[in-house]
Amino acid sequence: MHIYLPIAGLSVNMLVIVLLGGGVGILSGMFGVGGGFLTTPLLIFYGIPPAVAVASSATQITGASVSGVLAQMRRNGVDFRMGGVMVAGGVIGSGLGALLFRLLQKLGQIDTVIALTYVVLLGGIGTLMARESIGTILAQRRGEKPARRQRRHNRLIAMLPFRWRFYRSGLYISPLAPFLLGTMTGVLTVILGVGGGFVMVPAMVYLLGMAAGVVVGTSLFQILFVTAATTMIHATTTKAVDIVLAILLLVGSAIGAQIGSRFAMKLKPEYLRLMLALLVLAVALRMAAGLTWRPGDLYSVEPG
Amino acid sequence: MKRRLFALAALLCLGAAKPVLVPDVSDRQVQIVYSFTGADLLLFGAILYPQGRAPDHPADIAVVLKGPTQSILVREKQKVAGMWVNADSARFRSAPSFYAIATSKPLAQLVDAHTAAIYELGLDGLQLSPASGAPPEEQRRFEQGLVDLKRRAGLYVEDPHGVELSSGVLYRAHIAVPARVPVGRYVAETFLIQDGKVVAGAVREVRIDKSGFERFVSLAAHRWPISYGLVAVALSLAIGWGAGQLFRRT
Repeated sequence: MHIYLPIAGLSVNMLVIVLLGGGVGILSGMFGVGGGFLTTPLLIFYGIPPAVAVASSATQITGASVSGVLAQMRRNGVDFRMGGVMVAGGVIGSGLGALLFRLLQKLGQIDTVIALTYVVLLGGIGTLMARESIGTILAQRRGEKPARRQRRHNRLIAMLPFRWRFYRSGLYISPLAPFLLGTMTGVLTVILGVGGGFVMVPAMVYLLGMAAGVVVGTSLFQILFVTAATTMIHATTTKAVDIVLAILLLVGSAIGAQIGSRFAMKLKPEYLRLMLALLVLAVALRMAAGLTWRPGDLYSVEPG
Repeated sequence: MKRRLFALAALLCLGAAKPVLVPDVSDRQVQIVYSFTGADLLLFGAILYPQGRAPDHPADIAVVLKGPTQSILVREKQKVAGMWVNADSARFRSAPSFYAIATSKPLAQLVDAHTAAIYELGLDGLQLSPASGAPPEEQRRFEQGLVDLKRRAGLYVEDPHGVELSSGVLYRAHIAVPARVPVGRYVAETFLIQDGKVVAGAVREVRIDKSGFERFVSLAAHRWPISYGLVAVALSLAIGWGAGQLFRRT
């Protein structure tokens, strides 16, 4: 079943794209991450032009996060004040990201920067997560109780001026911290086509020290708005949003996410985290290999 | 058609010294729709020799299908600090977006390099108009890189036995147009080659266009980017929400 993608300008196997969306959806349902960090590289490996892969993946994430946000809202899992500050930062970040994207495209370094950022981010986060989950699993094996981490304010964040109260997050901190975090994620969304949940969630837990109950909901809330803004930015600047591609991915991921969330209930959370960590590390390694191995195509062509 | 026949008749009566080509293409218009996976064009025609019969050693045919030319930038990766990154680049002002040539014999047996360059026959004969003032050997390297890349993408094709000649007067050639061709005005050129010289040539035009929904989507993305973006977001939200509702019930 082939279908022609009007913006990417090539014909793809519809089933492959839906299954790809479905596979990523299963993982995102299992681990509670958006899965953009998998969708974009896989689309690029499949031969979709990087700009189209990044832009359409952002559009898909908007749809993939909406039912999650609604579910979290029903159970009071969203800190709207915190989320609002992060969205504001994220929208500005996606604007900055668009400028950076264009600059890098002009220099011809966008592909390298995409790959390198993936390697650094995924490698770092994957290592952290793997260490943490292996530690927990070993501690449980020895029959120790997992050490409860003290929630403490990060020194640097405590230094920032004018503090706001974020009741649901249980925080009294400067809004600049979540704003900057949002900005950084916004840049990542535009350049990498990721929602940024895999950066946001650890940062919200470990850096900001937010109450655990609102972390996922607030992160999804931010992702929903920032990916929507990113779609608009790509639609007006790179014109690389392929509606057909995004819909195909979304159909797959919507179904996959439901299957995945059912899987997740049967597994222990620390094993889930270890699996996710290994997956993240695998993507990072694949990207690193792509950077260091002699590529099949030494030459690339762009209009100019 | 009638007029062409008259012209033929006139030519035959006059017994003009030169042969004439009467080419045609199976599709003048190729429509790209949702199910488009590429097209197979048949380029065919007749060779009209003076006195109406083929000479003792019949001439050969080269058929070329060329896509719209583009100004492009070719980048070359080099190993920098253990990583392969784009380093040098070269600009070409007139690289065909698609180029396919089919001949009745390998091109090297038909024409010399000079003639090939004049008529842009074969991948080595392409006139890419390099725009940078780089030394010739560097330009050559980039040209080869470009041709090799496009060849592997199926966008530059050479078929040395692609033209079938029957009785020396009828010819036909299949040219496969892959799905990732750019849209635009294509030209189908036919050359009659005898003793290393092009003795006749003829041109037909082929249009490749997106049509229907595909055309609408790509037009909308370029003409009304804001509405297009809003629709993309709205569709994405609707599908995501709808799927959530569906699974919540069951």
